[in-house]
Parts: sequence; C-alpha cells; structure tokens
Amino acid sequence: MNRYPLWKYIIVAVALVLGFVYTLPNFYGESPAVQVSSAKATIKVDPRTLARVEETLKTAGITHDGIQLDTVGVKVRLTDPNTQLKAKDILEKTFNPDAADPQYVVALNLLTASPRWLTSLHALPMYLGLDLRGGVHFLLQVDMKGALTKRLDSLSADLRTVLRDKNVRHAGVNREGERIVIKFRDSDTLAKAKNAIADNQPDLILTEQPDGSEFRLVATLKPEAQKKIGEFALKQNITTLHNRINELGVAEPVIQQQGADRIVVQLPGVQDTAKAKDILGRTATLEIRMVDDSPGALEAALAGNPPFGTEVYNERGGQPLLVKKQVVLTGDRLTDAQPGFDNQTQEPAVHLTLDSAGARIFKDITRDNVGKRMAILLIEKGKGEVVTAPVIRSEIGGGRVQISGRMTTTEANDTALLLRAGSLAAPMDIIEERTIGPSLGAENIKKGFDSTLWGFAAIAVFMILYYQMFGLVSVIALASNLLFLIALLSLLQATLTLPGIAAIALTLGMAIDANVLINERVREELRAGMPPQAAISEGYERAFGTILDSNITTLIAGLALLVFGSGPIRGFAVVHCLGILTSIFSSVVVSRALINLIYGRQKKLTKVSIGQIWKPAAAAVNGKKQG
Amino acid sequence: MEFFRIKNDIPFMRHALVFNIISLVTFLLAVFFLLTKGLHLSVEFTGGTLIEVKYEQAADLEKIRGSLGKNGFNDFSVQNFGSSQDVLIRLPLRGEQNSAQQGERVMAALSVDAPGAALQRVEYVGPQVGRELAENGAMALLVVIVGIMIYLAFRFEWRFSVSAIIANLHDVVIILGFFAFFQWEFSLSVLAAVLAVLGYSVNESVVVFDRVRETFKKVRGLTTPQVLDRAITSTISRTIITHGSTQIMVLSMLIFGGETLYYFSLALTIGICFGIYSSVLVASPLVMWLGVSREQFVTKPKVIEGANEDGAVV
Repeated sequence: MNRYPLWKYIIVAVALVLGFVYTLPNFYGESPAVQVSSAKATIKVDPRTLARVEETLKTAGITHDGIQLDTVGVKVRLTDPNTQLKAKDILEKTFNPDAADPQYVVALNLLTASPRWLTSLHALPMYLGLDLRGGVHFLLQVDMKGALTKRLDSLSADLRTVLRDKNVRHAGVNREGERIVIKFRDSDTLAKAKNAIADNQPDLILTEQPDGSEFRLVATLKPEAQKKIGEFALKQNITTLHNRINELGVAEPVIQQQGADRIVVQLPGVQDTAKAKDILGRTATLEIRMVDDSPGALEAALAGNPPFGTEVYNERGGQPLLVKKQVVLTGDRLTDAQPGFDNQTQEPAVHLTLDSAGARIFKDITRDNVGKRMAILLIEKGKGEVVTAPVIRSEIGGGRVQISGRMTTTEANDTALLLRAGSLAAPMDIIEERTIGPSLGAENIKKGFDSTLWGFAAIAVFMILYYQMFGLVSVIALASNLLFLIALLSLLQATLTLPGIAAIALTLGMAIDANVLINERVREELRAGMPPQAAISEGYERAFGTILDSNITTLIAGLALLVFGSGPIRGFAVVHCLGILTSIFSSVVVSRALINLIYGRQKKLTKVSIGQIWKPAAAAVNGKKQG
Repeated sequence: MEFFRIKNDIPFMRHALVFNIISLVTFLLAVFFLLTKGLHLSVEFTGGTLIEVKYEQAADLEKIRGSLGKNGFNDFSVQNFGSSQDVLIRLPLRGEQNSAQQGERVMAALSVDAPGAALQRVEYVGPQVGRELAENGAMALLVVIVGIMIYLAFRFEWRFSVSAIIANLHDVVIILGFFAFFQWEFSLSVLAAVLAVLGYSVNESVVVFDRVRETFKKVRGLTTPQVLDRAITSTISRTIITHGSTQIMVLSMLIFGGETLYYFSLALTIGICFGIYSSVLVASPLVMWLGVSREQFVTKPKVIEGANEDGAVV
C-alpha cells in the first residue's frame, strides 16, 4: 500500500535532477565582461564585429576569458574589473572614433561564470531585480493628449494643403481644442471641401456646424484613429528612449510598455541618475514654422497684442521673434541629423534629412516663401525656443536641409544629437523613480539570504527533533521545494527582488504546514491504534484534502496580489504563487516517495520513527476513535 | 517528543462569550486608532521622495536638517535608518514640475553642508502613482475577500464562510490597528504581508472547519459546543506547530532581514498570532452563534409514513 510505481519515482528523480541543474548556475557567480552592441538600426553586429573586437584586444595586449556573439552583441569575458575597464576604454576608442556620433554601445556588463554546457541548456542564474543589483528604475507617463494635439496640428496643415491643391478657398483652418474648425464663405465650397477632405483624410469625422452666418466644417478624429495615434506615440517614444539610452551605454536596459500610456525604464548598474534623467526627460520636439516679419507686428506682440495666429518666442541669444502658430513640419518627418560645417562659410552647421512627405512639404513651403524667414523651434516641456531662424534663399528640394548661423561647434553637436535621438511623439513625465546603490543591492541579497538560511535551519532542527525520521523527510521535501522554486525562477527568468526573497522565506515557512499536517495525521492514526503501514497511507490520504484547501486559499491571495500589485508587490506575488505550486508537489509527492522508499518495502512494519506517540489513557478506555 | 498531551477536549466554547468580547474590544480599539491616528502611509502611497544616504561616520542629523532647510526644502523629515550611519530623508510632493529632480537637489545640498554622503537609494513616487497604488491595494484586498468567500461558500456552507471571513477580517483590522497605534510605516510590502496573512489564516479556519464537519458526521451524541471543542482540540497541536514553524521563518526575517523587511515581518508576526487566535477562538464561536448543527451535515433519511423513531415499519 505504500509503494509507488516505478514511474512515480522516476518523475520525482527527474524533477530533482532538473531542479538541481537549473539551480546550479546561481552558485557560480558572475564575472566582469564588456559588451559591444549596435547603437543604430543600420549597423549589425556580426562575426566580423567579433573578429574586430578580438583583434583590438589582442593589439592592446588584453587577455580575455572567452568571447561570444549573441543576439544582443559581442560579449567579452574578462578576468577582473581592472582589465574590464581597460578593455572598455580601448574598445570604446576603436569602435566609436567620433564620440559625438557613437556607432556602437560599449558597456560594462556581468556575465554568469557558469560553465558553457549549463548556459547551452538555458540554465541561467536568477534575474536579479534592481533592488538587488543596483540601478535606476523609472516609470514614465506619456501625455496622450499632447500626442493628439500634435497630430491635429499637423493634420490642420495637411488640410490646408489638400484644400489648396483642390483649389477650394477656405476662410481659415484652425485647431480648437481637440477639433479642427474650417470656415467657408458659402455652402458650395463647404460641400466641395467636405468631399475633398473625406477622400483624403479617412481618419476624420466631418460635421457641418454653421455658426450664425458662417459656414463651418468641424473635423474630429475617429476614436479608432485616436487609439492608433496613442499606440503609435507610445511605440515611437519607446524607440526614441531606446536610442537615447544607447548613448548611456547600459548593458541590459529594460524598456517596456506598462498599461496603455506608461513606459517602464530600468537601467541596471547605472548610478548617474542625473544624467539618465536628463537624457530620458528631454521631451524636446522639433517644429518648423514660418516667421511673421510684417512691419510693426512684433512691436504689437511685445506690447501684449500679437496678431491673430502668431506667438512670440525667444531666439537663442535672447532676441524675441514673432512666429506663426501654424506648424509646417514636425520632428516626426526627420530621419537624420548630423553636425558638420557649411560648405561655403565653414561655419558649424547641422544637416537634416527629411522623409519623403517631409521633403515634399519642405519643397512647397520654401518655394512659396523665398526671401522670408522660417523658424526651427525646439519645444521642451511646453517651453519653446527658436534654435535658428534662417532666411529661405531658394527652393530646397530633396529633403536635405542645412541649418547654420550663430552656432558653435558644441551647439551644433548638441542640437544634432537632440534631433537625431528622435523627438518624442508625445511628451513624457517621470512619475516614479527608484534608485538603488550597488552596495545596498549586495546588502539586500545578504539579508534576504541570511533570513532564509537561518529560518530554514531552525525549522529543520525543530522538525527533526520533533518528528525524527518523518521530520527528516519533511526537511528534505522542504529543501527540494526550495530547489524547485529557485530552478523555476531561474528557468522563467522571473525578476527576483528583495520582497521576492521574503516570499521564498515565507513560502518555505508556510510549506512546512503541509508536512506538519501529514505527520500529525499519521501520528493520530497511530494513536488510534492503526498499524503503521495503514497509518502512513491513511495519514497522507486524509491530509491531502486539507493541504489542497489551505494552498488554494493562499493562492487566491497570491493571485490577487499578482493581478493588482505593482512594483515590489508583484515581485512578492510571483514567487509566492510559484512557491505554493512547487510546495504541493514537494510536500506531497516528494515526501511520500521518500517515506515509501524507507518504509514501503517492509512487510512487517511495527514501528515508525515519527517521534513519541502519546496515548491518553482515557482514549484507550473508551476506545473511541478520535475523528 | 510530543508537546500536546491533551486528555480531554478543552472546553473552548464554554468561554466563547469571553473570547468574543475580547475580540470585539480589540477590534473596536483597532478601528478607533485607525480612525483617530490613521495609518502612517509610506511614500509609495502618498507620493513624494525618499532618499537613503550612508555616511562613513555617524551622521549628524542636525547638520543635514540645517543644510536642507537652507536650500529651500521644507516639511522634510530626516531620521536614522537602521544604523547611525544610514539616514533616511523624506520629502513631500510639491506642486512644481521638477519634483522628479528633488533627489539630485538634495544630494547637491548635502555635498556642500554635510559632505561624505553616499547615495544608497532614491524613491520618487508621483501623485497619480500613489493614488493608483492605494486603489489597487484596496482592490486586491477586496478581491481576496470575495475570492475566499466564494471558495468557502462552495466548500462549506454559508455559516462557515461568513464566520471565517469575519474572523480573518478582524485579523486584518487588528494588524492595521497596530500599525496605526504605533505609527509604523505602512508600505506596499506590509500590504502584501497583510494579504498573504489573510490567505494563510483563512486556511487555518478551513482546517478547523474540516474537523468540525468530520466530527459532526462521525461522532453521535455530542452537543454543538462539544463538537467544536473536540474539533479544535484535535487540531490544536497541528495549528500551533505549523504557525510556530512559519513564525520561525518570519522571526528570522525580523532579525536578519534588515529595515526593509522589518515591517513586513512585523505585520506577518501580528497576523500569525492573531490568525491562530481568531480561527480557533473567534471563527468557531461565530459558527456556533450562527446556529450550526448536526442536521446540516447528515443527509436526512427518507421519512416513511407510519415509521417509528428508528425508522422501522411494521
């Protein structure tokens, strides 16, 4: 009755071996490494890059412990942190000769020191959260309303172009809040315009809203278009953040969407939060608008009475400038920006490349406005600044634009970097930040480890004293639970945080409950006078229902935490839930397998080692079986 | 070795009223402190900035306060965190946009007037995040309660599920009461501990109720209080040992886990202690008051017309 079929033993053995193999990498620790990855979508890291890295290190006389190429980039393992720094410097110099325009990301990293055969089995150490390894965590909120307004602004410009192309005369196209209002002089043009726009802009809902004697057409964005814009803005912001973070040289940045309008950025190992924040927080967007140079207009505006459709911005250097509200082009149309020099004057300059739509608009606008000035504005956190306001000398086609004038080389570099890093589709704000120093991380690991270790040891001592052989089996089952849990966490690469370690400890503390239940039941059956084999079997059977019950209630709480928790709570909940699952297996199946191995084969079992069983005299007298 | 050598059933139910009054008083006190003192919510819920710095020598808190005051910070708190070298600075949310930059500004201020500080940790939580966390926390609590109630109702009859949930909510309120009374910091991890305890101690009630049901079915001729007494007596050993084991682990966290896990394990400790008390001495009397009886568990034999008491028909 207490024998497992062979396959059950095999399952337990296989589970234990797997658990051991996947737990193993956690014991090897990490060795310093340098990672070279691409900073641009156009540059691929391939075996040639690997050869180049190897070559560079060889020339510099730096010995390494192995070099590998994976999807992320080339990783070189080094013996100690000193050589790591040296190697990073030399690679940085070789791969990014122009510091202003990095082609590659050269970053310090840590690689697992476990042997290759383990890594090839995907047996990796647990993925440590920021609170354990140190680093910065940001939660950014994307301003979706800002994204919509921006889109509407550029749509108004598109509408003007459409109407002009179709020769429809309008009396003004303006954005009012979240809608675009187009005015007309008569109903015929309105109808014509409506058709033209409907053909051209399927994303808009058009409604006629006459206002007194005015003929007005109101365009609003369809809900699905709004949703698409939101999604697109988020995606673009994530891409932009990727590009910007590449500048920081972080080995394993995490940039993920969270919810509908949030982005999580985690930069392990980064300590310079000021710089990280500076780079993330730059919400600069680029806009090209026309300058209103009509005589007297600027004076009127400075007196607090700007002409309709214009606003005042300060030029870099302090000169006020009257700029039209209408946006000709936005940074979305920009594909590249490089610092350089003007061919003729040798002045520092920024060379911009526009996409095809941008190039066409730019061509049109420059053709129509020769001799006038256009302003290039950088809008940061709602505050705009005119970077430069050059005079348009001639029509500029082909989408290649050069901005020069009143710029130093550094300024040209900065402007180019800012523009190149990509403007954000929508402004973002940091709404949560966590920075954890590396020493605190190491301390947290130690504290978590110590708690678990001592707690486990104390429970083990108690269980063995109190339940003897059954106690020992319980402790082995508990240890296997720990093994499975760590193996599972390593296998899933779930993020382990300090609350996660606390959850490991707590789960172990709770998991022993199942074995106590079993042992108590077995004792009870023995007390009632059942023969040992029957008592073991009965004890396990009866305890199982209760174990299931108790784990389900704990699991309900764990799942709720998983669903509604965020940040530290989620780390706790993931481990807690996994731990409950592994504990059912280990406390029931593994411990039973051991007990069966020990006692199951003995035909005439008269005594089991489960500690002293005290039989109350009263119970013996009335012979009542205790329920 | 056996700790519990119980000869006869312990008459828990004889003192049921006393226990319920004790519970009620503790519960009311907890509610009273929650209402008057309120919880000392952590930065995670209220929003704000928290900065942990470490000094080589014992930190001069006055100097740090002075330096912050001089640099235009107000309404901040500076205190030691764990040791005399570690300092925790809390800053409230400010209306202005650059509250995300407060961490850097504090470090800049400290480097001038109280140099030698190494930045250990910065946590900044914006107002909307804090509100959301609080909402999600409340939501999680609600889902746990409803989930457990549904599970218990499905598993037992309503008297049990109602008593179990009341008993365990009473635990939750008492834990919160402790945090309000001592003004311990209530953080997200404490919330996690509270919810984990809720799931954990409900299972305690489940074990007792399981026995109650079993005893009702198996043993005849006992009154309801006697059944409850027997069920509790026969599970008490297991209850104390499992809770003791869990408590060993929690104690280990309390001792070795450092400041970060301190309140987490403290909440667990209170939860575990009151968990035993409430599932044994609150839930069971409640079941009794709610009128549980043997008939609810024994399937009624078919009543045949003319049958005598034994069910025999002549």
